[in-house]
Parts: sequence; C-alpha cells; structure tokens
Amino acid sequence: MTTADIIAAGVFRILERPITADELIPHVLTDAYGAVATFSGTVRNHARGKHVTGLAYEAYPEMAEAEMRKIAAEVYAQWPDCRVAMLHRIGKLDIGEVSVAIAVATPHRKESFEACEFAINRLKETVPIWKKEAYDDGEVWVEGVAPSAEGASAGSA
Amino acid sequence: MAETFSVTVRLFAVFREALGASALTREVAPGTTVGGLLAQLIAEHPGLDGAEKAVSFSVNRVYASAETVLQAGDEVAFIPPVSGGQLSHGERQMSSRR
Repeated sequence: MTTADIIAAGVFRILERPITADELIPHVLTDAYGAVATFSGTVRNHARGKHVTGLAYEAYPEMAEAEMRKIAAEVYAQWPDCRVAMLHRIGKLDIGEVSVAIAVATPHRKESFEACEFAINRLKETVPIWKKEAYDDGEVWVEGVAPSAEGASAGSA
Repeated sequence: MAETFSVTVRLFAVFREALGASALTREVAPGTTVGGLLAQLIAEHPGLDGAEKAVSFSVNRVYASAETVLQAGDEVAFIPPVSGGQLSHGERQMSSRR
C-alpha cells in the first residue's frame, strides 16, 4: 500500500459522541508492531485561574478531517513504519471527558511516543476546532494558535 | 461590467454567533479577495469588530492567504485561532458575549 492508501484507509474523524483512545488501537496495531502509544486529551476543571464547569467544542468537520490526514502524512514522512489514528469529539463535554484521542503503533516504543507527541502538537496547531469554556459566570471562546496559510500545511518539525 | 457570482461562507465560533448562521451564500464581484469579503462582513456586522485580527482563511477547505481571489462556487471560511492548548504562541481570549 502507498502512504496515500494507508491514510485513505485510516481513522481520522470528528465525532459527536464519547470517544476513547482504546477504540483506536485495533485500527493501528498489527502483528508487526511492538508498541502503541495513545494520547487522550481531557476536559480540565480549571484554566487561566478560573474554575471551568464545562466545554463545548466546535469544528469545521470536513476541513478538520482533511487536516488530520495531512498530519498523518507528516507522521508517515518522519516515521515510515507506523500507523496513526485520531479522533476529536465536538459538542458539549463534561469535566474529565475525552476531547481528543490519538494512537500510534510502531515496531519499538521510542518512535511511538515521539510520533504521538508530534501528532497531538500538530493537531493543536492546524486542525480547525474551537473550544468555548463555560465558567460559573459566563463563557468564552478560547483562542490558541492562529494557523497560517504557510505554516499550517508545511510542517514544523 | 463583469457579473457577480456566489460563494458559500461557512461560519464557526465567534463568526457563527455574530452572524447568527452557520453558513450563508454571498454574491461577490469578480476580483474580490477572501480578506475583502471578511472586511465586507465586518462592516455589516458590528459584533465582528476586531475579529479580523487573528483570523486565518480557508478556501475550499484548505488554508489560504487573505489575498486569495475568490472564484464562483468557492467555499470560504474564516478560521479563528484554533483551540490550541498551551503552546509557545500563548493564548488570547475574545469574549463571545455581546
């Protein structure tokens, strides 16, 4: 299979239901791999000194999934022998729920950690997803990184 | 005079709330850029004041520069800074309450 085929067959989804990193493992693990690193991003109860009561995520779903596939292409360029999958949940989430899940399988553990960290860092830079934090006294769209036409698809590694 | 044509605008986060819609169809003149279309919308919607400061653009679901000239049938979106996380870029806040 070519890298394009692997990415086309991969799991890169924006979902409006609870997600887990474990559900990605069957999509990345084969008998040739000896390591799976997973990352789960969860909703924290505090941010910037305020008590957070809940979060709502919104995405540009078609573009977000396309950007995830671009990140996968970057991962495969750096770690040719691996499999990666990513999910991001949208809608209202409670404290402690999983908002983003990534799994990377590789022959040995070192590369799985490295590729997983790379993938989550890139996801937070380029994938068009926004979060609105709810506090006891209101709610705010939290702004993070401004993607650029140049940097968004060029990679930062 | 060249005729106008329509583009689709997808609206998210602060843009969706300020315009009260998640998408709209818009007639634009030939030569209109993505940034120019945003300037038009900001002029029409005071709730968007300042929204252009950190925004990125996409055309047909690919990041694009503000100078990108629109074509008939394009799908445009204004991309506020993505939810990020605590990277070195830091975080800013924009109140969504009006």
